[in-house]
Amino acid sequence: MSKWGSLLLAMMLAVAPIAACSSSSDTAGTEEGEGASGHLSTVLGRGSLVCGVNGQLPGFSFVNETGEYSGLDVDVCKAIAAAMFDDPEAVEYRNLSAQERFTAVQSGEIDVLIRNTTWTISRDTSVGMEFAPTTFYDGQGMMVPVASGVEDLEGLAGKSICVQSGTTTELNLTDQMRKIGAEFTPIVFDDEDAVYAAYAQGRCQGVTSDRSQLTARRETLAAPDEHVVLDVVMSKEPLGPAVANGDTQWSDAVKWITYALIQAEEFGITSENIAEFENSEDPSIRTFLGLEGSLGSDMGLPNDFTARAIRAVGNYGEIYERNIGEPFGLERGPNELWTNGGLLYAPPFR
Amino acid sequence: MDEKIPFWRDDRVLKIIGQVIAVVVFVTVMLILGSNIARNFQSLGITFGFGFLRRAASFGIGDTPIPYTPSDSYGRAVLVGLVNSLRVMILGIILATVVGIAVGVARLSDNWLLKQIAGIYVELFRNTPLLLQLFCWYFAVFLNLPGDLENPPRLPGPIFLTQRGVDMPWPDGTLQTWLSVAFLLISAVLAFIIWRRRTTAMVQRGESGRSLQMILIGIGVLALLALIFGLQWDRPNLSEGAITDGLNLSPEFGAVLFGLIFYTAAFIAEVVRAGIQSVTKGQWEAARALGLRPTLAMRLVIFPQALRVMIPPLTSEYLNLAKNSSLAIAVGYADVYATSFTTSNQTGRTIEMILILMATYLTINLIISLGMNTFNRSVQMKER
Repeated sequence: MSKWGSLLLAMMLAVAPIAACSSSSDTAGTEEGEGASGHLSTVLGRGSLVCGVNGQLPGFSFVNETGEYSGLDVDVCKAIAAAMFDDPEAVEYRNLSAQERFTAVQSGEIDVLIRNTTWTISRDTSVGMEFAPTTFYDGQGMMVPVASGVEDLEGLAGKSICVQSGTTTELNLTDQMRKIGAEFTPIVFDDEDAVYAAYAQGRCQGVTSDRSQLTARRETLAAPDEHVVLDVVMSKEPLGPAVANGDTQWSDAVKWITYALIQAEEFGITSENIAEFENSEDPSIRTFLGLEGSLGSDMGLPNDFTARAIRAVGNYGEIYERNIGEPFGLERGPNELWTNGGLLYAPPFR
Repeated sequence: MDEKIPFWRDDRVLKIIGQVIAVVVFVTVMLILGSNIARNFQSLGITFGFGFLRRAASFGIGDTPIPYTPSDSYGRAVLVGLVNSLRVMILGIILATVVGIAVGVARLSDNWLLKQIAGIYVELFRNTPLLLQLFCWYFAVFLNLPGDLENPPRLPGPIFLTQRGVDMPWPDGTLQTWLSVAFLLISAVLAFIIWRRRTTAMVQRGESGRSLQMILIGIGVLALLALIFGLQWDRPNLSEGAITDGLNLSPEFGAVLFGLIFYTAAFIAEVVRAGIQSVTKGQWEAARALGLRPTLAMRLVIFPQALRVMIPPLTSEYLNLAKNSSLAIAVGYADVYATSFTTSNQTGRTIEMILILMATYLTINLIISLGMNTFNRSVQMKER
């Protein structure tokens, strides 16, 4: 029995320093000086970015044939990593389900969440998120088999509709159907692949999600021509990066790196012609690229963070064409620059 | 030997010190975790509380055994999920026991084919993951039923098997139904008492028991009439490509139920086999010497003794079934886990919902344990 006692004692001794450690490191974290502090300094010190992504959504984030992550969301991750470390590959990707994502941000498991996440008031406030600018203006749509002859939401009354759990789409669908007074049976899955597998097998007469996602997923069905994305838009779905509330330096960094991609398109700076722009005499471009002034270093980032990001992944237009425009033939629509009648608008870099 | 032992070598003191340290460490770790959560909540500006359960849920639920609309509260949504969970757990435990006992007995059968089939079943279902089996039941079995609602396969009843589940007749739920149910329950109790009396009369007094048998048959006929006409069966109707009325069991429910039954039954079959094999051979021989047929020997001599060994492992199989039902979310069945997670995601109240879930499963499993422990005490050997 004394053997047991001493074993226990040894265990206690082993645990004690861990307990002491966790409390002391907390105080150290809050008392650090200016420059890069808080989460930004943690990330810069670590040398890599932990990015929460979807991982199952073609066009936004998925593993391509060569085994690498690609997509619009992934490119924003890469842009942030490039801006900080000048290395777009210094990213650790975490695949997250719709349900895990906010907990992953709150607990600090990931640095930034770029997982086609809709910006809503409750997520911004009570869930404790801080949203960076929208990188994709989406709307919720509905896909049905052509053979069903359904043309609008009323046609789905009394039918089953497949939807992923824990998404805004689940709520929007319920609200829209209540508004038109149509009863329906929601079939809710945790896993996105299961949603489309059940739809493909005919369990539900419709599947709802963001229109971009439906368009991308339609291509992966056995016979894409037998399915149609209805011409209804049920909601506004501004998708963008999100970080945890309460650390403005970190959220500012993510916010302005994202804006830089949009501003670069407005200036016409691409990953190919950036070298020419570096010889530019235009003061606003020189300030933007970090050749003059101290926009970057004032925020605790490298002064040329915009140039690094653009060199790595290109401007917003390039990212869109590469991931969404070319593979799925989706028009830019609201995702055009404000100068072209779209919604993308970056505040001035000065 | 009256010499005092120094306390660091005194076994009794060491034991107490060890336990005190264990408690201190446990409390410290809990406090660190608790303060960590509190600090994180504070820095994110989140407050802890359960008031959000009264807010409108505004999400839909596919299977609603109790009335529910999206304008009901989150608490109601979680309750619907709980009823769905209990539905699967209770039916699953009953049916898994029936299948498990049948397979377990079949594994010991003298019939070669039966024995082999039972053996293959147990090995197949015991050695593949439950999640895989759920997907298999859902995507390969239930979703491959005919999707054509114009002319679905029709079993007598009528029972319809379609891609939107099983539609079958179900009592209507009027006053007459409940009166019939009450009548059925009373006649079952009555029949059991009369049957016991008849056995006693036949065994102890050597009577024929003919008169009591007639009464039993009479009760049986009345009960059958009540079952067919009294319950007011609501039969499913097929009209214009839609099935209305009756009871619809969704394919999600079917997949979860079948998955849990056949997975757990494989384990129960092994428990049953072990229990039966633990009864000594002499008991078989003694039963045979008394002239009992094998089925009677099994029922009256072997099985009651095997129960003593079977119940403790059976309890853990039931507990596993209850916990495994939380995998239902994978095939879209709205159990308490699924509705709680949707709630936690819509409200951001993860910690609160996890606490609720833990309390729920803990309560359910403690109730199962309590019931099984009571049952266990009643079958144990009475030492006099």
